[in-house]
Amino acid sequence: MKVGVIVFPGSNCDHDLYHVLGKVVGFESVYLWHKDRDLQNCGAVLVPGGFSYGDYLRCGAIARFSPIMQEVEKFAKGGGPVLGICNGFQILTESHLLPGVLMRNRSLQFVCDTTRVRVESSETPFTRKVEAGSVLQMPVAHGEGNYFIDEEGLKRLEGEDRVVFRYVDEHGHTSDHANPNGSLGNIAGICNAARNVVALMPHPERVSEKILGSAEGKIIFESLLAG
Amino acid sequence: MNKELLKQALEFGLSKEELQRILEILGREPNFLELGIFSVMWSEHCSYKSSRIHLKTLPTDGSQVVQGPGENAGIVDIGDGWGLAFKMESHNHPSYIEPYQGAATGVGGILRDVFTMGARPIANLNSLRFGAVDHPKTPFLVHGVVAGIAGYGNCMGIPTVAGEVFFDSSFNGNILVNAMTVGLIRLDRIFKGKAEGVGNPVLYVGSKTGRDGIHGATMASGEFDESSEEKRPTVQVGDPFTEKLLLEACLEVMKHDYLVGIQDMGAAGLTSSSFEMASRAGSGIEMDLDKIPVREEGMSAYEMMLSESQERMLLVAKRGCEAKVIEIFQKWDLDAVVVGRVSEDGWMRLKKDGEIVGELPIEPLVEAAPRYDRPRKAPDLQKRRSFTGRTLDFPQDWNKVLLKMVGSPNLCSRKWVYRQYDHMVMTNTVLLPGGDAAVLRIKGLKQGVAVTSDCNSRYCYLDPYLGAMHAVAEAARNLVCAGARPLAVTDCLNFGNPEKPEIMWEFAEAVRGLGEACRALKTPVVSGNVSLYNDTNGVSIFPTPTIGMVGVLDDVERHGRSGFQQSGDVVYILGEIGGGIGASEYLSVIHQETAGHVPALDLAKEKALQDFVLGLHAQGLLQSAHDVSDGGLAVALAESCLTAEPPLGVEVRVPEGEAYFQIAELLFGEAASRILVSVKASEAANFGQLAAAAGISCTRLGAVASKRFQVAPWIDLPIAEVHGVWNSGFERILKTEE
Repeated sequence: MKVGVIVFPGSNCDHDLYHVLGKVVGFESVYLWHKDRDLQNCGAVLVPGGFSYGDYLRCGAIARFSPIMQEVEKFAKGGGPVLGICNGFQILTESHLLPGVLMRNRSLQFVCDTTRVRVESSETPFTRKVEAGSVLQMPVAHGEGNYFIDEEGLKRLEGEDRVVFRYVDEHGHTSDHANPNGSLGNIAGICNAARNVVALMPHPERVSEKILGSAEGKIIFESLLAG
Repeated sequence: MNKELLKQALEFGLSKEELQRILEILGREPNFLELGIFSVMWSEHCSYKSSRIHLKTLPTDGSQVVQGPGENAGIVDIGDGWGLAFKMESHNHPSYIEPYQGAATGVGGILRDVFTMGARPIANLNSLRFGAVDHPKTPFLVHGVVAGIAGYGNCMGIPTVAGEVFFDSSFNGNILVNAMTVGLIRLDRIFKGKAEGVGNPVLYVGSKTGRDGIHGATMASGEFDESSEEKRPTVQVGDPFTEKLLLEACLEVMKHDYLVGIQDMGAAGLTSSSFEMASRAGSGIEMDLDKIPVREEGMSAYEMMLSESQERMLLVAKRGCEAKVIEIFQKWDLDAVVVGRVSEDGWMRLKKDGEIVGELPIEPLVEAAPRYDRPRKAPDLQKRRSFTGRTLDFPQDWNKVLLKMVGSPNLCSRKWVYRQYDHMVMTNTVLLPGGDAAVLRIKGLKQGVAVTSDCNSRYCYLDPYLGAMHAVAEAARNLVCAGARPLAVTDCLNFGNPEKPEIMWEFAEAVRGLGEACRALKTPVVSGNVSLYNDTNGVSIFPTPTIGMVGVLDDVERHGRSGFQQSGDVVYILGEIGGGIGASEYLSVIHQETAGHVPALDLAKEKALQDFVLGLHAQGLLQSAHDVSDGGLAVALAESCLTAEPPLGVEVRVPEGEAYFQIAELLFGEAASRILVSVKASEAANFGQLAAAAGISCTRLGAVASKRFQVAPWIDLPIAEVHGVWNSGFERILKTEE
């Protein structure tokens, strides 16, 4: 399968994702430039981390209006698999492909640290190789990862099993001290109703090779292959 | 001499003698713009007028050196056609005035110095000095500086992987923010700051020019007083997003053969970049200032030439390639404009509104810049060093002393700081912050890279010569602990007012020590920066020659680590056990004394120890290796326990001292050239013999344990308690508990 990594001005995890997809997992991978309107027949699209358009105004707020995102919206609505990581998550909520918002961390500081993330659902193209309930160690690196959604929205997310990732502690509990940013219900990642658009704040691409201390995150990308 | 002119010159920081020299060079009076240009080019910050004669004594050669001092950054060879471009620079004065923007633009500036060479930055480091933790301004400055570094580096997507933070009241009125960048470069694709080729177009790229930072370089060349905070407008404002675009656009242009030269507009902006580029090539430049992209209307030639607006570069392209270059910058939504041409007569001609507004000879201005051999006089070191140690109270409880030490400002965990830095982006960070040095892999190569920065400011205050040697030795030892062979040094020399003979003596002594250590350890100085006038109201900082060092690992998989690996491993100290308590962190924390003699350093012994440990790494014999420095053996033991994941304990025994100072020396003395290692129990039988054969003194201390931190017969604590105090130290100091 050919996969595309979007490059916005200010993206900075684009090279990392491209490397893991191409060199580590073995996809044919291409960069998709923000000014283009061509997804180059990719079977999946990844929206990388970084500071698209400087994250000025609001994280992801400008990126959603870029030409390429118009195409990604069409692709997503047609059922194509889309994964947003970190800034990618913020962009997908701004694009209304996913519900809720990512607010400033409750510490008001940028946080770069390893977290434990429990995979709550195997029913997405990016988790289908992961057994629900298993815990992956993945780092976060963001200033705005504090997920929030209104009560009704949360009920819907929970009811439809759309919370895909949650921060947990060393005992597997969704405790407060396991939560790096104050996000509601320790939510680290979600999917849309059709389950093809998935996003998370942690960075699986940073733990996809043993030399970096762990390859636990690779399974997220390998799940795409299993489809 | 024209009185008005003299008044203006003095206001610009020039001396009467310097103005006289300007009059001789020009054969006429300079106009306001020309005088401004002279003043920034001849400022201490840009001309190194007080330091140059000393810097010339530093070793800069070696088979690994591809580019030594004089360019935007130094370059060393790491094999297979690849090199590392790196440099460290200070942003002390702006960071004190406006900590967030000062620190952020410090990072931005050093990044540009590295990518202007054609390197892709792969790591940032920073070395920070703040005042006493109970000084009312300290928490504000720490928060601002750390957030500024994070804000810039994180947005750029360059990991901040290592550094140091040190608190002492000598920095109450003048903090130090030294930022370092390391970049990866193809050795056959190096770009330099040269304006060669008569008729070639000169291009301005990046952000528009505003009125910010005018005379920033002059500000950094004078002392501080109460009015300094009024200088906030001279601090530039950073835009990391634009710099990220500039980085990508520059690297894209550099893939082609369009460029002749390229230089960052750093201190003294358009002035220094254009003069330096022309000077290196022996050429001239004609510039039309009406073409400069500006942020606001009505800017004068003077404002344009002296602005320190950030995120700008000056390029010289091959004739006919202008359009191609501009196209690439436009792709990244950046301004790129031809603003002038390279000329042959060695003059800088500046035009505005169709008229020549400034006309200066380049060579005399750059090369005839003043050089001073300023008077030097040793301060009263006996007075500095003396203390009444023998009458100090004997601590009754060494457990309490240990906890106080590991929770103290200079020894506690730095996680509060580096948690705010993205230290993993680019997916190369093999050894994360918190150990002796950071290790990075390089995709597609077997080699790895290790980086560190070091300086013990207290040592340098008590003995600048020995202190500078220690800084080099410790940096190299840190790299060796991580498994890397030290390659080369970048230095950032932070001192007080050079017009004071005591300060100039400190500077000269430090440079002498630095040179000697770099020669002995075969780590030449390939780039650097000098920051003088770090004084506020006449009080100087502790002299701080910060050392940034890079090293290479032949096989990145064989990197070392500072934390213990498993319970049962045998713990040894390589090097002397015990050692002086003079100049130590212990004296400072427990007795509030900065005094005594800096530990002696035998560079031959140091080199032998480092070579021995590198050999052990190559054989895969070491489970852990950790430098024993600030806080001595007991603190090093604690650090190896606490940086294990999860924390481990240790059960060791030290020789029983008798008198108070003997025990303190054993536990917390800071004798040089020591490394704490652990090896698997199965390898322990021969380990002592290995060391003996290499002539390295080696003492078996005990073993890694699980729950207790035991340094018999004096210390016995649950490791969880030690961890708690160490881990929460920074929040406690800054009172920022969530």
